[in-house]
Amino acid sequence: MTDWLIDIKDVHHAYATDAGPLPVLNGLNASVPEGGFVAVVGPSGCGKSTLTRLIAGLMKPDTGEVWLHGERVKSPRSTVGMAFQNPVLLEWRTILKNVMLPLEIVPTKMTKAQQEERARHLLDLVGLKGFEDKRPSELSGGMRQRASLCRSLIHKPEVLILDEPFGALDAFTREDLWQTMHALKAEEPFTGVLITHDLREAIFLADQVVVLSGRPARTQYVMDIPRDGAPKIDDLYTAEAADRLNILRHQIEIAQGRAPAEDTVA
Amino acid sequence: MTLKKIAVPLLAMIVFLILWELLVWANGWPNYIMASPSDLPAAYARFWELFIVMGWQTLWRTVVGLLIAIAFGVAVGMIMGFSRTMRDALYPLLVGFNAIPKATVVPIVALLFVGAHDFNTILIAFMISFFPIAVSVSIGLSTLEPEYRDILRSLGASQATIFWKIALPKTLPEFFGALKVSVTLAFIGTNLMEIVSPHGRGLGALFDSGKTNSDYPLMFAVLIALAFLGIVLYYVVVALEKIFAGWAER
Repeated sequence: MTDWLIDIKDVHHAYATDAGPLPVLNGLNASVPEGGFVAVVGPSGCGKSTLTRLIAGLMKPDTGEVWLHGERVKSPRSTVGMAFQNPVLLEWRTILKNVMLPLEIVPTKMTKAQQEERARHLLDLVGLKGFEDKRPSELSGGMRQRASLCRSLIHKPEVLILDEPFGALDAFTREDLWQTMHALKAEEPFTGVLITHDLREAIFLADQVVVLSGRPARTQYVMDIPRDGAPKIDDLYTAEAADRLNILRHQIEIAQGRAPAEDTVA
Repeated sequence: MTLKKIAVPLLAMIVFLILWELLVWANGWPNYIMASPSDLPAAYARFWELFIVMGWQTLWRTVVGLLIAIAFGVAVGMIMGFSRTMRDALYPLLVGFNAIPKATVVPIVALLFVGAHDFNTILIAFMISFFPIAVSVSIGLSTLEPEYRDILRSLGASQATIFWKIALPKTLPEFFGALKVSVTLAFIGTNLMEIVSPHGRGLGALFDSGKTNSDYPLMFAVLIALAFLGIVLYYVVVALEKIFAGWAER
């Protein structure tokens, strides 16, 4: 029907609490074409992480539909890769074995040697060559997050879901990793959903930014970011980028209820 | 390096024995108040056969009790770790059971299974030592961060796979911590049965006969033998921990 790889249609969801149902998503719509990269921003606690769990099939929405590649998502599927703010590497495995973990779950046609070669190649891409046999605790926070990204891509997922993966890193490391993300995407095409609090991160990485309203969340605003040429950090310091950031900042203020909503353009 | 690892604890033990000897000597205590280390070799030399036979009886019954405690404790810990309802249901029962001094359970068990000495002893060793294991496993499993689960679950992994690949290894350090406590507890259990309900088996019985015969150096010799067995078993656990959870050491 559609050529969307990810298609989220009018999703409503509420959590059961002691004080009754707590609605978190209230008519959420989003679509990502194949190879697209969408950043989702919104106020704290507006249901962004719920959205990632819905796409990953870790939970089902009360009403509405989530479609991946023309199939309705009802349960987890191996064509999804995930990375979180917490890199959740397994301390009892080496970095290489951590990266290879998904291949122990997902059916693969690769031989053991090919699997290892692919893991080494990904680690090389993110600048972790020489750290394959280290334990996670021997790496810095940024390096662990790089390894976590490799793990989320090892099984060649169609969809990469990133739930604030750079949130806990310092500003310089974060900018480094943004570049790494572009390098990865150039070499390993995937369709991405990035949850973030960082508007600069959103406009640097994504080709579409979706602003969610405060809880219960619905799609409040969508901004397309044209991509031409290799992205550079300098692009963030142009007048154009400043304009985009201002618009997004204003939308967040509306979402937080700190600015009137009269000029919402969806 | 390894020489130092052996030399340091050995030296500490020698210093301890010297201080003990000095304490007895300085106070001029006769050996019926407190035997000194120099009284012990004579006791070991005289009863060495009994020490080996009874030491073995204590050791194997403790180990069997401990193995049952591990199996039971891990099973209960898993049930409580995975199900909130079961945790709420079982915790008060377990805590209540653990709060009962096992010395009071010994006569009950001895009457219940009269004559089944090995069984009774193993039972008490088991009852006294499973609690820390059950609690640690249940805490280890229930505090597993949801992201760890999600990493595998989002790939379609089954609950069993998540348990083997993540939950189990992640719980091992807590498990071994608890096992170190349980080892010493199991010895207490075995000896409780051997002393409170004497049946002529184990180091506890040897201790008891030292008491009846006013052979005070023998009583102290038994205590040291028990300490020795405890240390041996403890280091067996440490060695296992190094093999299976060595990664947790930073």
